[in-house]
Amino acid sequence: MAQKVLLTGNEAIARGVFEAGVRFASAYPGTPSTEILENIAEYKEIIAEWAPNEKVALETAFGAAIAGARAFASMKHVGLNVAADPFFTIAYTGANAGLVIVTADEPGQHSSQNEQDNRNYARSAKVPMLEPSDSAECKDMVKYAFVLSEQYQCPVLIRLTTRVCHSKSLVQLEDRHEVPLVPYVKDSRRYVDVPANAKIRRLEVEKHLDAFKAFSDETELNFIDDNKSDIGVITSGMCYNYSKEVFANTANYLKIGFTYPLPMGKIKEFCSKLKKVYVIEENDEYIEDAVKMLGYGNICYGKYAPDGQRFLPFNGELTADEIRKSVTGQGCALPQYDKTKIVARPPALCAGCPHRGLFYQLSKRKNVVISGDIGCYTLAFAAPYNAMDFNSCMGASISSGHGAQKIFDQNADNQKRIVSVLGDSTFFHSGMTSLLNVVYNKGNNITVILDNRITGMTGHQQNPGTGFTAQNEPTDAVDIEGLVKAIGITNIKVIDPNDLTAVNDALDWAINNKEASVIITRYPCVLKKFSQLDKTQFPEAFKQKCAVDQNKCIGCKACLKCGCPAISVTDKKASINAEMCVGCTVCKQICPVKAID
Amino acid sequence: MAKNILLVGVGGQGTILASKILSLGLTTANYDVKMSEIHGMSQRGGSVTSHIRFDKDKVYSPVVELGDADIIVAFEKMEALRYLDYLKKDGKVVVNDYEIPGMPITSGVCDYPKGIIEEIKAHRDVIVVDATAEANKLGNAKITNMILLGTLIGKMKLTDIDWDTIIAQNVKPQFVELNKKALRRGIELAE
Repeated sequence: MAQKVLLTGNEAIARGVFEAGVRFASAYPGTPSTEILENIAEYKEIIAEWAPNEKVALETAFGAAIAGARAFASMKHVGLNVAADPFFTIAYTGANAGLVIVTADEPGQHSSQNEQDNRNYARSAKVPMLEPSDSAECKDMVKYAFVLSEQYQCPVLIRLTTRVCHSKSLVQLEDRHEVPLVPYVKDSRRYVDVPANAKIRRLEVEKHLDAFKAFSDETELNFIDDNKSDIGVITSGMCYNYSKEVFANTANYLKIGFTYPLPMGKIKEFCSKLKKVYVIEENDEYIEDAVKMLGYGNICYGKYAPDGQRFLPFNGELTADEIRKSVTGQGCALPQYDKTKIVARPPALCAGCPHRGLFYQLSKRKNVVISGDIGCYTLAFAAPYNAMDFNSCMGASISSGHGAQKIFDQNADNQKRIVSVLGDSTFFHSGMTSLLNVVYNKGNNITVILDNRITGMTGHQQNPGTGFTAQNEPTDAVDIEGLVKAIGITNIKVIDPNDLTAVNDALDWAINNKEASVIITRYPCVLKKFSQLDKTQFPEAFKQKCAVDQNKCIGCKACLKCGCPAISVTDKKASINAEMCVGCTVCKQICPVKAID
Repeated sequence: MAKNILLVGVGGQGTILASKILSLGLTTANYDVKMSEIHGMSQRGGSVTSHIRFDKDKVYSPVVELGDADIIVAFEKMEALRYLDYLKKDGKVVVNDYEIPGMPITSGVCDYPKGIIEEIKAHRDVIVVDATAEANKLGNAKITNMILLGTLIGKMKLTDIDWDTIIAQNVKPQFVELNKKALRRGIELAE
């Protein structure tokens, strides 16, 4: 097979996993990593699973590797925080067959809550790491990572960034190489991590790290491109491409593809011939610190210049523009045009989004403090709802809400009630344990589970509530009411969020209840491809359209408060874009003069 | 020197399919091609961009630099202005004469800005195409993207590539003929 195809980094990782003979892969969706498992799921040779969270994904992959199969897990950068617990200990044990983990970092925070640099995880957990710079390297490196993982009996981390994940370049496809299962042999001295065993494994880790240090100086993954210059660039990942655009053949390059442990010998050899070295990397000063440690701080320009002043930007994506600006001291000349003619396009809940009814009603309430979570509904923080007070990470809506409510309630006159809001997939991810905490510690939170029957924000992945697996096989759909009941909640209501009266009644009921309660708002995502179950349960969904009777409309703009992108007001009359409207009727219920039908 | 193209528009306008067909077509002509998009939150009615860079030599960065695009194709009028900083001094902007108001406009915070095309004309070379109207004439507003892609292909002199085959491989069978027709119409509009 000699075919060259255009693939994204994510598609190339999936292809590499396939060609490497992997038999098991698991992930939890998260931008920019989601499409890796979606593409793996297309290969029938691989068992591909959506796990409820990243910790479970890594643990299942670990189990598969113990059982003798090449195994793989992928996640976004903050996902590795969730999976950090197994990650640090698997670093000690390794597995019977190859185990490779992908972390997809987000310099620039296009769809993320922070800009953490997961290269620090490699160093911290003592796990070797590779960093591809384009799709061809994604495929090659994932295959090589399995070889290294088996040779050194340890997991291997691959660090991607958004641009690597979501940009396309040419990749040479190859055939799948079937790898026989490694026979399972019980080895509790290795795999049971009681201190007596783990202490021995700790020594093994140091042994293979020493071997990797030598490997890093020898491998072709870390190469020097000598252009006979006295200026040099040390770089990795996507920044290699940006650097080539900026410096072309005017600088020498040390391109690092194996970034933990760093090739200290090669860095030293490279720097020793230079008058000036630029270290070009996104996020933290990971390589820069090593260059300085080797004594080249006086010629090193990275996030800091030798005089200690800031040099390259410390945040955001480090594009060729940004590098050029820092290096030459000036940006390119831009046209001076009237920028007031550009109006922002903030992301909004879609027309027909089943979260709209809840947030419209919540936005009108005083004395509610809304503890938010990660998903489409986070957009409710913005106008016109302004319906979110705080939000940090997956599942935290319930737990942070519990803590806040306990303190509010210390005030005898407290009127504030916490309403925690989170989606179905986020509840399965880590909201369930938080809810258990509320029951156990006698909290009185109001939790709203926005059950839109799919994982929405990342582009519609199946989850334990949808009735289908990652490979589209029918499976049991978890009963959320039953689950909540089993956790110990006795006050449960299931409502249609498009029915504003039902939403209001449920909120009144919950607020007036002294005990913890759960409201489940159940309606499918407007963008979801309906399953047979959805069609049976919601036969009327999205089959109508609403329109404004121009004679009745008084131009009061009350309908705009529901924040629907299909509604606009021109010349003091509201109108509804018929192409966008799906007839959820939320605006119809709001209109004070019944002008919408 | 690599050629740099930027497709800009609003989520849902079909920039992704257009950039896919464009980059696949370029690979058949033995160019090295890099393409970059950002997916995620911007899909929800937000501003979207696709960067495409190609050359007979190796292309490194998948991202077009500021002041370096040979051509910007704006699927929506205001988006042309939003990304004007990316255009070369002697670059061209193909603008679809079509307005999609964002949330601040529909909710009455401000009006859709007037005089956008005049503003761009004062600084750069503009080609105005009424692509959505042309698409409607062909029977479906959704093929606006293929009309604009056709105009781009015409302007970039890439008409030798077998676009029909690429379309046939990437569009649902029932829409292949319509998309081919739209692409041809777009090429005519570039002349």
